[in-house]
Amino acid sequence: MTSLLTRRRFLIGSTLTASALGLTGCDGLVENGNVQSVIKMAESLTMRTQRLLIGDTALAREFSAGEISPTFRANGTAMPDSAEYQSLLAGRFTQWQLQVGGLVERPASLSLAALKAMPARTQITRHDCVEGWSAIGQWTGVPLGNVLKAAGLKNDARYIVFHCADEYEKTLDGSGWYYESIDLVDAFHPQTILAYAMNGRDLEVPHGAPLRLRVERQLGYKQAKYLMRIEAVADLSTFHGGNGGFWEDRGYEWYAGI
Amino acid sequence: MFGSSSTPSGQRTLIRRHSLTVRLSHWLNVLAMTVLLFSGLQIFNAHPSLYWGQYGADDDPAVLALQAVDDNGALKGVTRIGSLSFDTTGVLGVSTVDGEPIARGFPAWITLPSYQDLATGRRWHFFFAWAFVINGLVYLAYGLFSRHFRRDLVPTKAELAPSHLGHEIADHARLRFPKGENARHYNALQKLTYLAVIFVMLPGMILTGLTMSPGFNAFAPWLLDLFGGRQSARTLHFIFATSLVAFVLVHIAMVMASGVLNNMRSMITGRYAISTEPSSASSLTASEIAP
Repeated sequence: MTSLLTRRRFLIGSTLTASALGLTGCDGLVENGNVQSVIKMAESLTMRTQRLLIGDTALAREFSAGEISPTFRANGTAMPDSAEYQSLLAGRFTQWQLQVGGLVERPASLSLAALKAMPARTQITRHDCVEGWSAIGQWTGVPLGNVLKAAGLKNDARYIVFHCADEYEKTLDGSGWYYESIDLVDAFHPQTILAYAMNGRDLEVPHGAPLRLRVERQLGYKQAKYLMRIEAVADLSTFHGGNGGFWEDRGYEWYAGI
Repeated sequence: MFGSSSTPSGQRTLIRRHSLTVRLSHWLNVLAMTVLLFSGLQIFNAHPSLYWGQYGADDDPAVLALQAVDDNGALKGVTRIGSLSFDTTGVLGVSTVDGEPIARGFPAWITLPSYQDLATGRRWHFFFAWAFVINGLVYLAYGLFSRHFRRDLVPTKAELAPSHLGHEIADHARLRFPKGENARHYNALQKLTYLAVIFVMLPGMILTGLTMSPGFNAFAPWLLDLFGGRQSARTLHFIFATSLVAFVLVHIAMVMASGVLNNMRSMITGRYAISTEPSSASSLTASEIAP
């Protein structure tokens, strides 16, 4: 007695299976503009919910020295190839200056020595790549909030944009230059630092020398490397693809807390 | 026992099996979990290795890895589990796209979208994760307040007796399913399985997923301790997903073996046919008999 697989039942079963598998044939649905705009709505829901739950000041987990990854995988650009960067590197970044501008009262140019003379924060945190891997490293740098307070944000400043020295994708219109942006909640978060040292040594080139951003409650692509200029702005639509970052212009979420 | 067909000795009665809330949440769940699985495998393919602990990347030892290796000029798909490795060319590690073997963790036919596109996979995954969570919360609230869990899913003491469970397992193995009055409610194996899915596997799926979120970590760092780190949570997310796929396969097999039309009707219209002895039909209350 048993339940022999009758021909009819087999047909029903295989139809159900086929329709489930047929989903992957739905690349057309994935590429439909209307569907995309609906799917995209989850991003702001996620951001609002996370911000509500986390609050503005809750810290990312900090780890002990013993938990640091033996090898910290370098991702993205490993060596910016522009003539400007090459010449700064050759001069051991003594000629490098971080430009602080945009909607600020007192635009500034900060040398590496000037940044290192400011009060520093050291934190051992986890770097989470959007691809799924994680690495733990120790970062030392200047809290971004202090740099912004010194420059004095104007009232209409809502985002901080980070311009980088690496052109990650060669394009004719320059839209392949790496850039990133965060809002003021993350900009003034105590763990958001402009890091010049990693694991106790000056930042190495593959990790973003001479200066990179650390925004510890978000994914790896927000941690912009090779910083050249930071700019306070009222909106993000005027930069490259208008989505607030290199990867954001290529479909990734601007809020990368998940 | 073939579902909707009536047995010669008894008569067929339609009973109310599944409430509207249960039916709606079931089918929404089918949709959400299907998209979550296929988009999840798309996300997995961006880094087809799993680790244990707080961190894990290329140079760290992997628990599981789907790799493509060069085998004298040909691409060979290798699945590594701990120190074991298997040739899985064609399915895992290396599979064919447009006639060409390429390096891919899972094959194109089981990822959403079919081609490599992590950004899209993530957007779909998180959209349907919200649908899944909201649907699950509605179902949980309903289950508690309507006494659906108490009435239909919590096993009785007698059902949990080893001798009874042993008997049920033996019956199940022979694909011998309850009939008549006994088919009115879930059997103990069903109850225990559904409880495990509802209260262990699905919450486990959500919590391990949230543990991978750097933002959520700042809100609930205890999750990192519970699962042993972000990379452990990622591995557990994969294991929970695999267990759920196994559950669904068995569930579908059981649905088919115990009367696919009757089961499908009960999850669509709510009405489930049971065969009863002519005398016992009169003992049904009016509300239990479908019009």
